[in-house]
Amino acid sequence: MTDRLISDLQSLKTTAPQSAVDAAIVASGAVDGYVTRSSPLGTLYVAFNDRGVSAVDLAESPADFEERFAHLYGRAALPVGKLPIVISANLDRAIETGKPGRLPLDLSGLTEFQAAVLRKAAEIPGGQVRSYGWVAREIGRPGAVRAVGSALARNPVPVVIPCHRVVRSDGHLGKYSLGDPGNKRVLLESEGLDVGEYEALAGRGVRFVGSDTTGIFCHPTCHQARRITQAHTIQFKSERAARKAGFRPCRVCRPAVAA
Amino acid sequence: MATTMTPTDLSAIAQDLSTDIDGAFAAYVRATADGIFTGALRMLGDRSDAEDVMQETYARAYNALAGYPPKRIEQLKVSGWTWTIAANLCRNRLRSRARKPTSPLGDADVAETGAGPDEEALSHMSAVLQAALLTLPFPQRAAVVLRHVLDMTYDEVAWALGRPVGTIKADVHRGLARLREIYPEEDAK
Repeated sequence: MTDRLISDLQSLKTTAPQSAVDAAIVASGAVDGYVTRSSPLGTLYVAFNDRGVSAVDLAESPADFEERFAHLYGRAALPVGKLPIVISANLDRAIETGKPGRLPLDLSGLTEFQAAVLRKAAEIPGGQVRSYGWVAREIGRPGAVRAVGSALARNPVPVVIPCHRVVRSDGHLGKYSLGDPGNKRVLLESEGLDVGEYEALAGRGVRFVGSDTTGIFCHPTCHQARRITQAHTIQFKSERAARKAGFRPCRVCRPAVAA
Repeated sequence: MATTMTPTDLSAIAQDLSTDIDGAFAAYVRATADGIFTGALRMLGDRSDAEDVMQETYARAYNALAGYPPKRIEQLKVSGWTWTIAANLCRNRLRSRARKPTSPLGDADVAETGAGPDEEALSHMSAVLQAALLTLPFPQRAAVVLRHVLDMTYDEVAWALGRPVGTIKADVHRGLARLREIYPEEDAK
């Protein structure tokens, strides 16, 4: 005789929701999870763990991304359908604005210097650029210009930490770590920067622009500088030239240390 | 799926975990998650609590495995071992719920029936039986769920719940007897 109660108990078996299983695997810390997002550069792969977003990358395919991730970080990455709330609430905006905002980031694999460089880069507003030297000076390491370049090249979370806004002061955009070198230009143009105009200006040796009505000089892409009308714009090739002309540095873009 | 996993599959997973925890962890979770989720759901009567318990279980399992010598992991009966963690978490969750008068057990159960997509498929019979399970004292409920919903052996249940086999047998017996009183077979549809 079959026991009805026992067979009914057995029929209470069910399956765990896939998203919860994925979340449990990622939350354990054994692997990072990842999702994809579209961007002006193509499909972005975004990995995360319980500390925050751990990697942003471009790849040919999920398999390609998983291989790159494992190679770079020594951990596996698992595609997931659901993000932790703190990430899902902030990721799209961070990608769109090129600013981490409240998006938690996992920078735990970096040195203090590297993290300082990235935090500083994250302060540069969209559509503006600063030089490697500016970042070095701002973090209190004016001699470490090359090291700043290396730190930016190893940015694990490009786009959301906008290392593409740090360029060479001679007008060349410089290297870029995410995919094609031309991607730096694509991102800057998508933010509304006229890259050709900036390159032409910097190529002529112009480092700063000032307004003869305010007596203040700025980085050429500072939003204050862009408000100066052509008739009142003065171009400077160096901080010294600007100071000599009686100009003081802008307090917003800080083209030089205030005297 | 845990329900179709044979002991041989699970011992292969223990083998893999013993050599590469990070590499084998996802496979281990996938192999055991249905069982852990089912058991937690039936003991707690609430899907979101069951998901929380499942997540916490694997976080603790990962930390524990990381501290075990490979030899120990290799010989682990992973399903029963995972339940040693999960059963404690289920018990703790019920205790902390009992301390919160605003969310008594009954409410969570009623609110849950028919809530999720799976629960819609839960027949009237299952809903009644689930509710009946929740009336059992926790030791009986846990023993009945592990033994008869998840088909674990008495030895495995005893290990998972940390009590002697004799006690488990008595709990299952009493639990079933009580279920028969409130879940009469002729009424079950």
